[in-house]
Amino acid sequence: MGANFNITDKRYEFTQNSKLISYVMIAIGMVAIITSFVTHSHQAWSNLLINNIFFMVIALGGLFFLAVQYAAEVGWSVGIRRVPEAMAMYLPWGAALMTIILIGNYIAGHSSGHYLYHWWHHDLFNPESPEFDHIIAGKSGFLNMPFFIARVAFYFIVWIGFAMYFRKLSRQQDSAPNGSELHLKMRSASYKFLVLFAVTSSMMAWDFIMSIDTHWYSTLFGWYTFASLFVSCIAVMAIMIVSMKRKGLMDHVNEHHLHNVGLFLFAFSVFWTYLWFSQFMLIWYSNIPEEVAYFMIRQDHYRAFWIATFFINFIAPLLLLMTRDAKRKPVLLLVIGALVFVGHWMDFFQMITPGVVGSEWHCGWMEIGTAVGFLGLFRYVALNQISKAALVPRNDPFMEESLQHTF
Amino acid sequence: MGHFKESDLRLPLILGDKSVHQITEDICRPIEGKANKWWWIAFSIASAALLWWIICVGYTVGTGLGVWGVNKTVDWAWDITNFVWWVGIGHAGTLISAILLLFRQKWRLSINRSAEAMTIFAVICAASFIVSHMGRPWVAYWPIPLPNQFGSLWVNFNSPLVWDVFAISTYFSVSLVFWYTGLIPDFAAVRDRAKTKVRKFWYTILSFGWVGTAKNWQRFEEVSLVLAGISTPLVLSVHSVVSMDFATSVIPGWHTTIFPPYFVAGAIFSGFAMVQTLLIITRKVLNMEEYITIYHIDMMNRIILITGSIVGVAYLTEFFIAWYSGVEYEQYAFINRATGPYWWAYWSMMTCNVITPQLFWSKRLRESVFATFVISIFVNIGMWFERFVIIVTSLHRDYLPSSWVMYSPTWVEIGIFIGSLGLFFVPFLLFTRFFPVIAMSELKTIVKTSSSQAKKKGAHHES
Repeated sequence: MGANFNITDKRYEFTQNSKLISYVMIAIGMVAIITSFVTHSHQAWSNLLINNIFFMVIALGGLFFLAVQYAAEVGWSVGIRRVPEAMAMYLPWGAALMTIILIGNYIAGHSSGHYLYHWWHHDLFNPESPEFDHIIAGKSGFLNMPFFIARVAFYFIVWIGFAMYFRKLSRQQDSAPNGSELHLKMRSASYKFLVLFAVTSSMMAWDFIMSIDTHWYSTLFGWYTFASLFVSCIAVMAIMIVSMKRKGLMDHVNEHHLHNVGLFLFAFSVFWTYLWFSQFMLIWYSNIPEEVAYFMIRQDHYRAFWIATFFINFIAPLLLLMTRDAKRKPVLLLVIGALVFVGHWMDFFQMITPGVVGSEWHCGWMEIGTAVGFLGLFRYVALNQISKAALVPRNDPFMEESLQHTF
Repeated sequence: MGHFKESDLRLPLILGDKSVHQITEDICRPIEGKANKWWWIAFSIASAALLWWIICVGYTVGTGLGVWGVNKTVDWAWDITNFVWWVGIGHAGTLISAILLLFRQKWRLSINRSAEAMTIFAVICAASFIVSHMGRPWVAYWPIPLPNQFGSLWVNFNSPLVWDVFAISTYFSVSLVFWYTGLIPDFAAVRDRAKTKVRKFWYTILSFGWVGTAKNWQRFEEVSLVLAGISTPLVLSVHSVVSMDFATSVIPGWHTTIFPPYFVAGAIFSGFAMVQTLLIITRKVLNMEEYITIYHIDMMNRIILITGSIVGVAYLTEFFIAWYSGVEYEQYAFINRATGPYWWAYWSMMTCNVITPQLFWSKRLRESVFATFVISIFVNIGMWFERFVIIVTSLHRDYLPSSWVMYSPTWVEIGIFIGSLGLFFVPFLLFTRFFPVIAMSELKTIVKTSSSQAKKKGAHHES
């Protein structure tokens, strides 16, 4: 053992004061949500949807990161494994809230006539109705309620099932006599999860986001959403790791590990930009009306917001994280992580809002308040999970590589 | 920095308990010895093919593009299919040296040199198709924005074809420099061991006066890192730009936003398949089985499995979205691919690219040299058909049924394709004779951690 520090059980303690911060954030969120409903804000539902999807897919990103570590036999990341593990445990919350939001909106939409998903209107599929939409009716093989419910249920079962499985085995490993055996079990589970993730990550993007703009389609959309969710997840991971390290709980994570996290943040920000550009440029260049309508509304009515999203998510990490030193500075990782986190929240905002409310939009205190509320909940769940297990996993066959990691 | 011990789960990357000196001996042996019979047979066949390439290209240039099977509707066919196929193959080398370097995959060290060589020769083959399909190769410099005396003759910067010229020439230059930089210390090693005057003379020139001082190595490392940084976006950009040749259009089947990343995944897929095909033969003929081990083959097969699955997901996504879009032309383009007159091309592609790589879920097949070789050939064929399907079936039935036609290649087009294999294999075979096929000085950096000898020592220490 080359490490010169004590790796005995260091645990994060989720103190009352820290819990209070989450409670206050959740309270702010509740006030914002209730106010937006009471004042009949037309963005009330889309605010709920944006934030719930955003934090749910961040948790999903954590699970994906974890699975990749096992599948690719990664050594260095064992020391930070508890963080994505804890993040993934938000998935049951995200799924439960998603179910509530979908059912709530379906019931509310029945009386108000406004659904989050345009295709929820029955009349669109009825040739007798004046509302009949020839194109949307052509999609009924996919966009119909029973199939939609079955798909969503399938995503949730797969994601939650794997998140809990990994978490359970990982904690068992802490006291297992033979860590390699459990490691190999998780590795073979990771293959299965990754196959299912490849399918569900694209399909959930079509279901939860692309079908809001019911007429519009883009083959890249699933992967674009994946890029956005993965960068957001890395940003949250960076913030959590640096926070834990500053509390002195993650001494086994050195600057080389931070470098890797910074590298991921940098690389996937560029990857996101690459997909953003591919989707935008090809649609802009070809200028086919059915496709370009999607960007017209964003250019005409969301221009500053839409351009700012691009700059925050591309230029900021590109310039600030380019050097080796920058990736190793905890403060810088914290700041850029936060910036990218906000930038990708804006990305999800611009993916969802225009399709729901069109050109009449705003991003004021109710929108931000709702986001704060969801962040409070996510923070509570993730920190609570982190406090339940030691921050240094035990008996992992790759742990020693992680402790000795240098680059 | 102390002594780094790898996890016991990691397999050794160098077998046969090699010492550092033994590595030099093993890798220099093909350069210092004489070529065997099999090499000469292969070289003769490749040279004959190259000669045939010269004849067919010469005939095309001398007579005109009328000697090809292309027509008014299908105006791109074998030429661009082969171009994209070769560019795709030319992706693995730089991916291995740049992206796998950033991910710190040590197993890349035994295969990067020959994969990079493959990249360089494959890009040359790709470029040859662009030049030959111009019909007038003597004006091949026109796509380059040069000041000229022809009045307003200037390239159209809005055209993805011009982006392609920039992307591929940049990629080629950087890959070449990257490859050559890595070769310098190895050339110096050959030079220092040279017993004949001729060898000493040439390897002295090739090694640029390398003496192996600390300063030499420090600069070497710095340049390598900078080049890796430049190459990483290039690996993604080249095939993305190639895909934009199609995707910026309004042709159903071509205009689809998933094209850039899907082309890149397909390129890596085909590139690794070609690396497998070549290395399985090379390791056998040059006795490199202890360096390019079954574990290396397994790792490459995993990449083939992953990228093959990504390509499969992309195929299904395209198909689904074509239906979902509700655009009749888009829907027809895809139905026509699967059930139209070129159905056999589509199903060849599906079988070779989507189904065969799934066999690699089996560890036994991943570790079988024979199975890997067969499947890699399937993937090479499948990726050729992919480009044929995209190009020819999307074009042959366009918006006006009156202009629907069929396309079939003439002997000249087939000849240029077969000849291009000669254009590829002649330099590759020369490479295996005159260049160290494994980056020996880089490989030596892992002897103390990842060789079978180091593993034994580690186990010995513990007991």
